[in-house]
Amino acid sequence: MNPFWLIPFPPAVGAFVLIVAGRKLSRKAVAWLACLAAAASFVLAVISFQSLLGGASAGRPILRTLFTWIQAGEFRADLAFRFDPLSAVMVLVVTGVGLLIHVYSTGYMSRDRSFARFFAFLNLFTFAMLILVLADNLVLMFVGWEGVGLCSYLLIGFWFEKPAAAAAGQKAFIVNRIGDAGFLLGILFLFLTIGGVSFGAINEAVAGGIIAPATATLIAVLLFVGAAGKSAQIPLYVWLPDAMEGPTPVSALIHAATMVTAGVYMVARLNPLYAASPAASEVVAVVGALTAVFAATIALVQNDIKRVLAYSTISQLGYMFIGCGVGAYAAGVFHLYTHAFFKSLLFLAAGSVMHALSGELDMRKMGGLRKHLPRTYPTFLIGAVAIAGVPFLSGFFSKDAVLTAAFAQGRYFIWALGLGGAVLTAFYMFRLVFLTFHGQERLEPEVKRHLHESPGAMTVPLVILAFFSVFAGYVGLPPVVGKHAHLFDRFLEPVIKPAEGGHLGLGTEWVLIAASVAAALLGIGAAYAFFLRDPRIPRRLGEKFPGLYRLLLNKYYVDEAYDAAIVKPLVQGSARVYDKFDLAVIDGAVNGSARAAGLLGRLLSLIQSGLIKDYALAVLFGMAIFLGVLFF
Amino acid sequence: MIPAGWFLSLGLLLFVLGIIAFFVKRDLLTQFLSIEVMLGAGNLAFLALARGPAKVEAQVIVFFVMTVAAAEAAVGMAIILLVHRRRRSIKTEDLRTLKG
Repeated sequence: MNPFWLIPFPPAVGAFVLIVAGRKLSRKAVAWLACLAAAASFVLAVISFQSLLGGASAGRPILRTLFTWIQAGEFRADLAFRFDPLSAVMVLVVTGVGLLIHVYSTGYMSRDRSFARFFAFLNLFTFAMLILVLADNLVLMFVGWEGVGLCSYLLIGFWFEKPAAAAAGQKAFIVNRIGDAGFLLGILFLFLTIGGVSFGAINEAVAGGIIAPATATLIAVLLFVGAAGKSAQIPLYVWLPDAMEGPTPVSALIHAATMVTAGVYMVARLNPLYAASPAASEVVAVVGALTAVFAATIALVQNDIKRVLAYSTISQLGYMFIGCGVGAYAAGVFHLYTHAFFKSLLFLAAGSVMHALSGELDMRKMGGLRKHLPRTYPTFLIGAVAIAGVPFLSGFFSKDAVLTAAFAQGRYFIWALGLGGAVLTAFYMFRLVFLTFHGQERLEPEVKRHLHESPGAMTVPLVILAFFSVFAGYVGLPPVVGKHAHLFDRFLEPVIKPAEGGHLGLGTEWVLIAASVAAALLGIGAAYAFFLRDPRIPRRLGEKFPGLYRLLLNKYYVDEAYDAAIVKPLVQGSARVYDKFDLAVIDGAVNGSARAAGLLGRLLSLIQSGLIKDYALAVLFGMAIFLGVLFF
Repeated sequence: MIPAGWFLSLGLLLFVLGIIAFFVKRDLLTQFLSIEVMLGAGNLAFLALARGPAKVEAQVIVFFVMTVAAAEAAVGMAIILLVHRRRRSIKTEDLRTLKG
């Protein structure tokens, strides 16, 4: 008996108890309850995962239908879970990283007033995310999809007294609505075409050729709109940088490791559909590649430590979509998996820096922290090295897998964009490291007096995540190592068919690896030259190209453009409609009908004399007429 | 034995007298009394008919009418009393607030 279908429920129970009784529990009880719920899910996930590894049923999807949820005419959606290698990877990442972040949060949030509320939302998020990755049909997946969106909104706006946080939460919610509309339309078209929404039905329909290529393209692109919203791709990425207003553990869990990867997971989950539509795959790959570079350029000049990481996340999500778009879904998921470790590590370490500096976010007011934060610094450095793509760490293997796949499919332009993005990635990450931890101290004196390393609850998760950031990649080594290569891809094979064709010779593989390494070292070297050896260079560059610098610093003015092109016309248009239609037509109709009734009443009241005798006379005549009619 | 027609005629006479009194008199109290007269006339007509085919039904209806009349008298008197207390008058010409 595989207990996989129980995985989502411990956090649900935890969230329920914390929402109902959280105020009455002590902080210690809240922390234990939330962490135990997350730990229970993790243990269940590991047990379920083991049954997938060995034995006769290895790799075969396990389905379990709890009950029929919706049955309306031909439409049918079950509350059904599916456990296969792909969902196993996601479940392990969600529960594993989730557990570490729960533990970290007990330290990070220890002074917060709404301690119980925070953990209630965190548990609720874990529940929704597990529903999302375990769902066996798109409708149930959509429920999880919306659930994580709700939790994201609640947690971004966790400090809702701060106007910026409340606005950021709303922005995230509204931008995601646009994507979700596409997602929902995709589900509807899919149902209209094949008459079912379960993944089994979709795969069968694609294999049986029921879906025409044009229809498949339409459906796949609509679903990708949803993925672009959730996974912050062009043009719907604008909410993610603002989402950094939320507490840092939230940024690590939701906006780096798990929720934002839901779009990638969905595309990988529907890989037969995307494989059936080259045009949709093209869209995915191009959007991913553009986002990867675009977001990386913005990250080059940001001064807020969390915003740099946010743009970095957008950029890395772009890499995952490159993998999916060129048909190497396994590579995309592999990057998702390694990214979950090193990016949540980077966020948590950044949170540790903020914790030490009384909430300071501006890198210009940091510097030289390496001596003061002896445990945060090495873990952050490991995360930075991993994401930069330095050999032998997890990020190197996964990014290389994505880029090699793009090259092998003959998509040289996308490969070149990805490689350029890799240089930028290494550069901005090490700019972050050098500005924060090296160089001279630029701390405010008040901040400096309170400077302290974070407690164990925060540094232990950092160390564990650092361990995985280094070693998680060894399950997916490149083909040059021989027979132990691509273990990860082979594990996923029951769900994701390997891409056809495009096998490269060993020589080419080595050249590509060398190119990746060179990109990483170039970026790091440039960052060293700019920010450590001669810190005056960036300023001089900024003065030499003031237009470009301002363009990047202001994030290409995309927010302003959206504001001018969409938000303002919408707001002003609504105001005009309110004036012209609501006030004039609707209110006019309502008030007018009342006035007409009043006028009629006043007219009728003219026949009232107020004298009882007149009324009695009317009754008498009425009665006489009545009787007359009756008898004669 | 007096025939039923006599009783019916008496009832009709009383009823018409009640109507005339209602229109001739100008204060609520007498108008109220004339209504009572009309009710009595109706009762008399019912009882006259009780001699004919509708023996039991007519007598039962009379009891109902008497019950209602008793209740109506109590409520009506109370209203008239209150009107007098507030307006110091029960002349119908003075009570014209329903005029449109």
